[in-house]
Amino acid sequence: MSSEANTTESFVDKPKTLAELRAGIASGSTKATDLAAGYYDRIAQVNPRLNVYLSLTKERALAQAARVDAQAAKGDPLPALAGIPVGIKDVLVMRGAPATAGSKILEGYHPPYDATVVSRLDAAGAVLLGKINCDEFAMGGSNENSAYGPVRNPVDTERVPGGSSGGSAAAVAANMAALTLGSDTGGSIRQPASFCGVVGVLPTYGRVSRYGLIAFASSLDRVGPFAANVRDAATLLGVIAGHDPKDATSSPAPVEDYAAESDKGAERLRIGVPAEYFAAGLDPEVRAAIESGIAALEAAGCIVKPVSLPHTRYAVPTYYLIATAEASANLARFDGVRYGYRSPSSETLSAMYRHSRDEGFGAEVKRRILLGTYALSAGYYDAYYLKAQQVRRLLAEEYLRAFNEVDAIVTPTAPTPAFKLGEKTGDPLAMYLADIYTVTASLAGICGITVPCGTTKAGLPVGMQVLAAHLNEGTAFRVARAVEAARI
Amino acid sequence: MTAKVTVEVVERVAELGHLELAPGESERMLHDLNAILDYVAELNELDTAGVVPLAQVSELRDASGAGVLRDDALRSSLDRSEVLSQAPETDQVFFKVPKVIER
Repeated sequence: MSSEANTTESFVDKPKTLAELRAGIASGSTKATDLAAGYYDRIAQVNPRLNVYLSLTKERALAQAARVDAQAAKGDPLPALAGIPVGIKDVLVMRGAPATAGSKILEGYHPPYDATVVSRLDAAGAVLLGKINCDEFAMGGSNENSAYGPVRNPVDTERVPGGSSGGSAAAVAANMAALTLGSDTGGSIRQPASFCGVVGVLPTYGRVSRYGLIAFASSLDRVGPFAANVRDAATLLGVIAGHDPKDATSSPAPVEDYAAESDKGAERLRIGVPAEYFAAGLDPEVRAAIESGIAALEAAGCIVKPVSLPHTRYAVPTYYLIATAEASANLARFDGVRYGYRSPSSETLSAMYRHSRDEGFGAEVKRRILLGTYALSAGYYDAYYLKAQQVRRLLAEEYLRAFNEVDAIVTPTAPTPAFKLGEKTGDPLAMYLADIYTVTASLAGICGITVPCGTTKAGLPVGMQVLAAHLNEGTAFRVARAVEAARI
Repeated sequence: MTAKVTVEVVERVAELGHLELAPGESERMLHDLNAILDYVAELNELDTAGVVPLAQVSELRDASGAGVLRDDALRSSLDRSEVLSQAPETDQVFFKVPKVIER
């Protein structure tokens, strides 16, 4: 038998920093049009193996790049992301580009509008390369639930990139975009960032507009950045954050200069370490890497102390009841009437709904609609949905109490490094349990960052999760920068 | 909260959710739902008497603050023909669907 280690391929290639790319574009030594063309070459070469992009928006990208080049040639001031190639998770709509949400039920849908985050990237000069693969309706932790096939992890193509924003994480890890956007409902930015060795940000609930995000669970859904380093993730968040009259949950609080915040250093910040996140089930190599990260924070002048979050073990059941209940309502709109797929031969309206949804939805989406419908149905509502909302308050208040004592909390992002394709697909519950460290921040609405924090002996990335209180992204970025600087 | 789901319940819930399940699929879903419901029954260990349910994090003190509703003013929306161009079947003014009532 041949050695297994020799059969894996790696596609890891670190993008240049925003500072390097911007300097090149501003001076004219790099043309934005050449940069975009170079990225499309890279995508053409690598996408057949990684399955990251579902569609490319070349015309729009090259027109934007040409505008940036013209601005640079005139010596005009350039906006924050002028000429920077960015990929968009395919749960966010871009005018005229196919929007699939990884589902067959949206086949053929070309939305007539841009998501607010897409408009903001456009206004900031970003060059939008295309739409990126994900788990169907952002439901999954491995990207294996996409109707368009799984994304593969650029670090090791036999392994999953995580999910649901696995394509967005893989794109940055494999330099198929300089930056990407993803969405996070229970860990869907933070966990794939951990599995692929990149930075992923969960902004505070309400910090980034969801107008144009295809909804999964509306009290939990957030849009956030991926980048190869913490400072660039902070810059991208600064571009997409801020109040939007088109999203009623959008916060009117002013947006900080997150990149400048991240430069302030972590000295004297109080860092909480919850024992509940280091209990049974945590891979020993992940634990060792995170402990090295905590030691690095101490060395950087942070004050590390234990905090207690005793309700942690109830977070996954609470999350799956609330998320599926909301999903069952949100996904009612996919019925073959207004957009996407309609089953071709149905005699009645009711049969048309059922056949379109049966043929359009994958197994995990159906499972969650069933669970959510059950939890909301007469006779079960109080026992499941209401109970979960009560526990949600206990979990959120527990975090808020902890943030009276510490500025940030650090944990592993995921209990294991990236697992192999097919390893968990037969057991939905095992897949859900992998969300154990990420769902509580989702339920509480607080912000968080995954920052790379070492690797296992086999070379698989480990991510540290840095959590901070509502609207305290600046603090989380400072801590994440200190972990990054330690080069664990 | 520990009640076992039966095939009949799965079929009733599928009907409520406008989902069609193949015979083999119902059994698979039955197995999965029962495993998940067994697991979420852990919440029963917690006494939540008197705890106010939390539906939205904006209800929390010091969270991101309540959203701001925009003025209730007339404004233009998406172009009708563009929106209808995405539908499986229309008459240019309305969405068309199979018949609703048997005559």
